[in-house]
Amino acid sequence: MAKLVAVTIVVIAILSAIPIITHKWPGDISVGLPQDISTHGELIDEQYADTMLEAGISFLISQFLLAYFIWRFSQPKPGDKIRSFPGGATGLVVAAFLLVGTEVLALGVFGAKAWGSIYFTPPAANAMPVQVQAGQFAFYFRYPGPDGRFGPLHPNLISEANANFFGLDTTNDQDSKDDIVTAEMAIPVNREIHLLMHSKDLGHAFFVPELRIHQDFVPGLDLSVHFTATKIGKYEIVCTQLCGLGHFNMKAYLEVMSQQDFDNWLKQQAALQ
Amino acid sequence: MHDMSHAVHHGEPTSFIRKHVFSLDHKVIGKQYYGMALIAVFIAMVLSWIMRLHLGWSNLAIPGLHLLSKNGAPGDVPTPEYYLQLMTMHGTIMVFFVLTTAPFTAFGNYFLPIQTGAEDMPFPHFNMMSFWVTFSGFIVLISSFFVSDGPTLGGWTQYAPLSAAGAVTGPGQGWGVVLWAISIGLFCVGQLFGSLNFITTTLDMRCKGMSLMRLPLSAWAWFLTSVMGLGAFAVLMPAVILLILDHLAGTSFFVASNLVINDQVLPHSGGSTLLWQHLFWFFGHPEVYIALVPGMGITSHVLITNMRRPMLSHRVLIYSMGALVVLSYMVYGHHMFVAGMNPISSLAFSFPTLIITIPSTIIVLIWLGSLYGSKLRINSASLFALGFISMFISGGVSGFFLAQPSIDIMLHATYFVVGHFHLVMAVAAMFGIFAGTYFWFPKMFGRMMNEPLGKIHFWCSFVGAYCIFMPFHYLGIAGNIRRYQAMVDDYLVPLIPVHKFITIAALFTGAAQLIFLYNLIYSRFKGPKAPNDNPWEGTSLEWSTATPPPHNNWGDKMPVVYHDPYQYSVEGAKQDFIMQASPEPVHSADEEK
Amino acid sequence: MKRDYNSAAVLSAVVLICCGALILGQRVNAAGEGKITGNVKLDGPAPHMKGIDMSKDPWCVKQHANSPAHLETTVVGQNDGLENVVLYIDGWNGPADVEKSVPVYDQKNCMYTPHVLALDTNQTFKVITSDQTAHNIHPLPNPMINVGWNQSQPPSAPPIEKSWKNPEVIPVQCNIHPWMHGWFVVVKGPYATTDDSGNYTIENVPPGSYTVKAWHEPDETQTAKVTVTAGGSATANFTFKAGK
Repeated sequence: MAKLVAVTIVVIAILSAIPIITHKWPGDISVGLPQDISTHGELIDEQYADTMLEAGISFLISQFLLAYFIWRFSQPKPGDKIRSFPGGATGLVVAAFLLVGTEVLALGVFGAKAWGSIYFTPPAANAMPVQVQAGQFAFYFRYPGPDGRFGPLHPNLISEANANFFGLDTTNDQDSKDDIVTAEMAIPVNREIHLLMHSKDLGHAFFVPELRIHQDFVPGLDLSVHFTATKIGKYEIVCTQLCGLGHFNMKAYLEVMSQQDFDNWLKQQAALQ
Repeated sequence: MHDMSHAVHHGEPTSFIRKHVFSLDHKVIGKQYYGMALIAVFIAMVLSWIMRLHLGWSNLAIPGLHLLSKNGAPGDVPTPEYYLQLMTMHGTIMVFFVLTTAPFTAFGNYFLPIQTGAEDMPFPHFNMMSFWVTFSGFIVLISSFFVSDGPTLGGWTQYAPLSAAGAVTGPGQGWGVVLWAISIGLFCVGQLFGSLNFITTTLDMRCKGMSLMRLPLSAWAWFLTSVMGLGAFAVLMPAVILLILDHLAGTSFFVASNLVINDQVLPHSGGSTLLWQHLFWFFGHPEVYIALVPGMGITSHVLITNMRRPMLSHRVLIYSMGALVVLSYMVYGHHMFVAGMNPISSLAFSFPTLIITIPSTIIVLIWLGSLYGSKLRINSASLFALGFISMFISGGVSGFFLAQPSIDIMLHATYFVVGHFHLVMAVAAMFGIFAGTYFWFPKMFGRMMNEPLGKIHFWCSFVGAYCIFMPFHYLGIAGNIRRYQAMVDDYLVPLIPVHKFITIAALFTGAAQLIFLYNLIYSRFKGPKAPNDNPWEGTSLEWSTATPPPHNNWGDKMPVVYHDPYQYSVEGAKQDFIMQASPEPVHSADEEK
Repeated sequence: MKRDYNSAAVLSAVVLICCGALILGQRVNAAGEGKITGNVKLDGPAPHMKGIDMSKDPWCVKQHANSPAHLETTVVGQNDGLENVVLYIDGWNGPADVEKSVPVYDQKNCMYTPHVLALDTNQTFKVITSDQTAHNIHPLPNPMINVGWNQSQPPSAPPIEKSWKNPEVIPVQCNIHPWMHGWFVVVKGPYATTDDSGNYTIENVPPGSYTVKAWHEPDETQTAKVTVTAGGSATANFTFKAGK
């Protein structure tokens, strides 16, 4: 029985590692990290790979040791004596501090670099501002128009019935008159975007796996993130913060376009306002 | 050590009500907690089955489901909101009423006073109230299934303002939330009473000769857990009270100004969304350890008995568990890396989270190092204890990822997190409960559980749990968001076959728990009588007393402790072990004083 | 025998008269009820109805590939006829809960059909979905007047049957598709809604003098006084000003 347990643990450990290494689930289903289309994502992916290496090795070694010890020490012969692990508890504590301690601290320090590259750098002065508003259960986007300025929001004017999703007063607010409101997000490729995040009602999140950007919307607290997309294509923006019955369906599309396509798109959208 | 036996002296009751219902006896209260957890876990398991079936096959009709909720499952197919409501109830029932009660208040109530050599807890009336208040909390929670639009759908974390802004945010967000909050408030009161008793029992009720370092590891684990509980539940309780006020008194603690739903501005103003998250996770992270640490204690205790040796170091294990207690309060921010905190805070919370790896690693290494050179006995209890170690390792290494804010960008709120906490806190804790059950059953009921059935139960649970929860990690890495009732996003649709595999594994593993239920009930009434008071040849005090223990635990002779808790494979002793209460001398240099 | 014939004839006559009286009585009653008809126009150029961007949900986009969706706040048909105007009798004090039919509110191509559903108090109606995408239907009445609800209707889910207790104009919305917006207009007594030419007929109005009220979203109303004669037809026409 004990040997079977040991073998099972080893088999489970190895089987568990296979999809991690091959990025595949039976049936050719891809289960690796999605492709990276951002400029800052490389650091994150490196950090992930380093952590996976360390966690993976720790996982395999610990499970194998567990299995081996179960195999080896479960059928003592009469007269066998209890033996102490070489080095005893002190050795293990020192090993934990030295190996695991330095390992996790190193991860922490390098991880801080990856984190800082996104959150501790200010957006470039020429970054293109886009506002995103999250609400049950859709995202809407706003571009400032030719004047480069966003008009103020008036929550009491929000009327989804009249397609005034942001609560703009286009009659009285000069800055709002040329604002462009859209239901999908288009951005030019290789141009830094300064994304201003606003929640209309509850907690939501802005997550684009390919963009390596993930940030919650906090009602009453407008946050911002900035990023540059490097690959033209259509991606999905999903909500990851439970926001009610339509949470699973709260999404929008992100289209990364060439600058020219983007300019045309923006003109079309402006005509529809 | 004070002799406080006069403080708890209460005669053995004779009426059925005082003996089995409103009992002051810690052993009866422990069994009541266990019974409640048993009912709760099977309810939660059925909920998870429904969820899993829906995730694999989203149009599948589950026969009879409309009987549970006409609106929630018209045509027997769960609606999106009903999925979330079942999910919320699954999480709440499991975290609070199973993973906190079974390993901590159930076994702790039964065995902490016995392992410390006490006659009972110091405040038996508080102890009785602890159970009945917790139980009423459970009833209130279950009752929310039957209010007009069902239980709350906000998840066990109940993030505001979804939870606080009222019925307009969705079905179950009116009375459902209020009942949830009342239930959790009651639960907190119950656990605070319990923690008070546990701490006092450990500090003031130990018998003659029982120094703190002579307490078994399980007793230490319950003691440390109650310290955590005291801090954690004392924060959650005011939080849920504020939540109730937001609903019933028109306050706005958690709801910001100018929120708009259905084109109408909500009447709330001035609250803080993040306040709830801080309060909740200040409780929530210690809660993870509240569920886990008793399992560590039980696992250590069961393993030592079956390895026929003490751990490499008793003290190091205790200090490491103590470090978990302290650190558990300093790491909660890792749940909120992308929640809108200052990004510097994320880093500040990241480092203690990474550091918590060190005591966890020490604990695992001590377990492994102690297995080395042991004389391991394989039985249902020790199998589950070994399974606990395997699960703790598997669930623990994924913590490396979630401790780092940069990687959390990819993994936050995905199935990776779900896989992580299920392995490390749910499955591991359940394995601890199983190990404790197979181990202590003979003491509690005077009968043995069926070993072959126990082993089958282990195999199904061990392999099954890995089949369910390992693939969760892969889904998470691929970006599969949690709390989605169906995969409709283009990049999630291809992952549905993985969900189907998990569903089948979950049905299988869940069904295997019926073997345990059968074994438990059958053995309770028809199992073979325990051969003696100490069937596993253990050393701690619970094995010195009668089976089952008498009302005051010890009959007319209070125990006196002469030794460290785990004197196994002692050279020159009559048997290969010396019990704590045995005056037989131990000729060993390293015995604790 | 002769006497028997006589008594049989008398009996038959009595039965016939009774039946006739009953039928006639009803007829008299029915004939006594009149109706109110008329037409609602929009005065001035029809306002531009903004297009709806459904790009959030590709299924919805596909349904409108050939017929772009627009807002439906002001829908003008032939001869400036204004659609979706609800006409009812202000201060109705006749029998309660007159309308017995079960109207249907359909979620079709990610729009509400009809855009405005008029209802009598306590009249049962059905919400159905014709779409292959999940909706939620979320009417938001004033909680002091009616009890609101919020329920999902995934594809091929069975109809949801509901009714409203008290008269109120209730906005209804799908939060999954925030552009989906409509109205339940709950009134007491008989009502009608204008068709795409702006025509309407309120049936089953007992003789008497009434104030007819016309409602157009979001909260514009007009009234007209009419007198309905037994079996007759009264007329009330309305004109709403554009750009209001």
